[in-house]
Amino acid sequence: MSCGRNCDCGKPKIRDANAAFDLLNRLKSETGSVPVPAKPQSVCRAGNAPWWMRLFRITRIRVIAQAFFFVLFLFFCFTTWFSRMKGYPVSLILEVDPLVAVATAISTHTVYRHLIWSLWLLVPTLLLGRWFCNWMCPYGTLHQFTSWLFNTRRNIDKLAINRYRSIFQLKYIILIIFLVLAGFGALQIGLLDPICLMYRTMATTVEPATDLTVDKTVQALEAHGLNAGWVRPIAHAPGAPQQRIFYAAWFIGAMIMALVGMNLIIPRFFCRVLCPLGAFLGWLSRFSLWRIDRDLTRCTDCNLCLAHCEGASDPQAALRKSECFVCFNCIDDCPEDALAFRFLPVTHQLPAPERAVISQIPATEVGWPDLNRRRWILAIFTGVLAYPFLRLSAAVNPRAFNKKVIRPPGSVAEPEFLERCIKCDQCINVCPTNVLQPAKLEHAGLEGWWTPVMDMTIGFCQLNCTLCSEVCPTGAIQKISIEKKLGLGQFAPDGPIRLGTAFFNQGRCLPWAMETPCVVCEEVCPVSPKAIGTYDVQIKRWDGTVVTLNRPYMRPELCIGCGICQHECPVIDDPAVYVTAVGESRSKDRSLLLRSRQI
Amino acid sequence: MADDLKAQARRHNAQTPRERRPEDWPTRRDFLIRLGTTAALAAGAGFLWRALHDPTGERGKPKVPTLRLKNYSLTPAPGAKTLGIAHGENHDAMLRMAIGAIGGIEHFIQKGDVVLIKPNVAFDRSPKLGATTNPEVLAALIRLVRAAGAAEVRVADNPIESPESCFAKTGIADAARSAGAKLYLPAPSSFEMLEVPGAKLIARWPFFYAPFRGVDKVIGIAPVKDHNLCHASMTTKNWYGLLGGRRNQFHQDIHNIVADLALMMKPTFVILDGSRVLMKSGPTGGDLSDVAPGRTLVAATDQIAADAFGFSQLLGRSGDLPQYLINARDRGLGNPDWRSVAWQEEQVG
Repeated sequence: MSCGRNCDCGKPKIRDANAAFDLLNRLKSETGSVPVPAKPQSVCRAGNAPWWMRLFRITRIRVIAQAFFFVLFLFFCFTTWFSRMKGYPVSLILEVDPLVAVATAISTHTVYRHLIWSLWLLVPTLLLGRWFCNWMCPYGTLHQFTSWLFNTRRNIDKLAINRYRSIFQLKYIILIIFLVLAGFGALQIGLLDPICLMYRTMATTVEPATDLTVDKTVQALEAHGLNAGWVRPIAHAPGAPQQRIFYAAWFIGAMIMALVGMNLIIPRFFCRVLCPLGAFLGWLSRFSLWRIDRDLTRCTDCNLCLAHCEGASDPQAALRKSECFVCFNCIDDCPEDALAFRFLPVTHQLPAPERAVISQIPATEVGWPDLNRRRWILAIFTGVLAYPFLRLSAAVNPRAFNKKVIRPPGSVAEPEFLERCIKCDQCINVCPTNVLQPAKLEHAGLEGWWTPVMDMTIGFCQLNCTLCSEVCPTGAIQKISIEKKLGLGQFAPDGPIRLGTAFFNQGRCLPWAMETPCVVCEEVCPVSPKAIGTYDVQIKRWDGTVVTLNRPYMRPELCIGCGICQHECPVIDDPAVYVTAVGESRSKDRSLLLRSRQI
Repeated sequence: MADDLKAQARRHNAQTPRERRPEDWPTRRDFLIRLGTTAALAAGAGFLWRALHDPTGERGKPKVPTLRLKNYSLTPAPGAKTLGIAHGENHDAMLRMAIGAIGGIEHFIQKGDVVLIKPNVAFDRSPKLGATTNPEVLAALIRLVRAAGAAEVRVADNPIESPESCFAKTGIADAARSAGAKLYLPAPSSFEMLEVPGAKLIARWPFFYAPFRGVDKVIGIAPVKDHNLCHASMTTKNWYGLLGGRRNQFHQDIHNIVADLALMMKPTFVILDGSRVLMKSGPTGGDLSDVAPGRTLVAATDQIAADAFGFSQLLGRSGDLPQYLINARDRGLGNPDWRSVAWQEEQVG
């Protein structure tokens, strides 16, 4: 394949470049509005480049980088599990996400642990522009790949679909709303930040789906007497005796399908229209030192540069710096070699004594995002109004908090938690017992949607486990040690971390209400001395038989709210012992006892 | 262009008479192909009706195939005791002595055997807390079994807490791997419906069957633990860790279920790991002060006798034996009067 002019430059060009050129000119001449430029001589400069430059074209290197970061992302998702972590920085891609760092810095006035690494990502952004979107972002790669796969348009339609549209300014409005909210202490970037979104999707839908497939495959192979040993290691949650399940996983799955599906209508819909991280980087790209530059003495206004333009950044006219993903496809596609990536290019037309200007469009750069002052005001007002609307929800108010909002061990108090949690659901992914669930709207309103809550009917908080606190990138769950969790050694004065308190529902408890022995709850209670005691009584049952019943009761100052009693209770639909958030040690407002045990 | 074609077609249709002319009829070939296709589809529909028809709705319900466990016990060697009791600190020597007393490892393990060892890995705890099998004793046992010529040694359990962390933090995973055994952790597809003829509660129950495929010998190795409801958890209760399903219902009739476990599993032999004894706060423990040094390992071909020994001699309980041991005796599954069986006790090292 060649660029279309019988040379050997190796560019994978639009196959019918000349035909498209002719067609465009015919259209122009028919409408009569634009003078037809003379068809240039077929001189392909790229054809003269040495072989290694043709082989290692920048777009190929870009694809390799995208594949690398995508695989790295999948690797980190895969290693977010007890037996696979081995010190891998599994939350690294979240920690280099500058929007996470900036928004949490706005909401907490601090930058937690490794988030400081994201500053490094800003350096190439200020030099090169919004490169992250098309070189590193795994979500961008997903959308680029699916846009390519499902884009069955004719070339002439590709040029039209990749034109800039005013809807693309929506992402700046979204960004401003989120940053204003962060200023008030309501961190919402995680709803749409691509890295958070993708980690969350992996944790709650893709990985459980993989595990389900792996398990069914193993079952099918073993049923036919085949070796299934090689399939098992692909599972994301090896050693989990039950399939992991998540609240409203269908919605998170539907969301990614809808966002990927939108690529059929507008290629890279999410990246161009919704992405707040892209908006943030785009806004910074206004200052970048390099950009795509169009040589007006060569550009024939043929528009072929739009055919594969990822950002829809108008490379055929005045380049919108804040929209350009620096994918370099336009340079590849230009049949006149009019486009180049230049350091501090001139922004206006200069007299060119030796060559005549061909292009009819004189401007070459639009720096700022396409957002006028009234839209800014609209976005800021929306953010300012959204804050009280979110916070006046009873669910996030200390006076009416939901008893089911039981936060993982090490979590900071609820208001600070909402300042920090980006809903990336890494804690949910790493949790070995499946107890951590993405909150539903009923738990903590829109503000706490998809933040981690514990459902002790699905799982329980394992005593000697602090994995969620290790993977949290923002310190909503602070990194804690086993000693701190259990209140041992130097932490003895504080006592153990309590997640809540367990209560008995005697009306449903077998020994209390049904003349039937049980006390699984007492058996599994992991603290010593046990937080569940028993009153042992001998009774005559209705049928005359004599049984000994161990009727359980709670010793509240010993209970740490781990919920294993609730998880193991045989009254499975509405357990006779259940944990609620009251008594949690992260907040004095939600304490229960005047004095809790301090070892 | 396209409009021209449409207009042409319209004109053609207007001029063509509505009756079919002979030249419009299908050819004989077309006729046969169409007839054959229709006949094949009709026959296929009939076949599907026969194959899928379910007038009562019963055929559509899932059928769960059931499996049975082998009897893994062997006829005792001549002169072998039922209990071999070793006191001391050197686990290798103690195991050799205790197993030697009940017939010697060569009697139980033949060259090329696939051996499954079932430790208690129920909780995610340090082995020092006595809630799980001592990994050093397990490693010594694996070495002994491998030295006797076993081709493969497997270690399996279905813990209460997350399996990977339980195996890692109890030290069982490291001990088993370094001694050359293969670990089996449960996955949803690892469970099969087990049939236990004569069982009161688990006549049909989901069982962690994956590690049992192709196994020749089964050895249980259980710690000695206090247990509020059934008073003591030892070698018989250890098999509970192979069950799946709704096993939290068993506490409603704990003594019959533990007796059922003795019926379900006829092991090659069992080891009662009294190197540490969880005296109170069982079966979870959690405090070093709950644990007493037991310095004892018991090998037994009668798990009921071993448990009775552990109850009175290691846990130091003087009262009545746990009801499940009595139930097991009544059902002919073992002898809880350990002093009446042949036993040999020695101080080793």
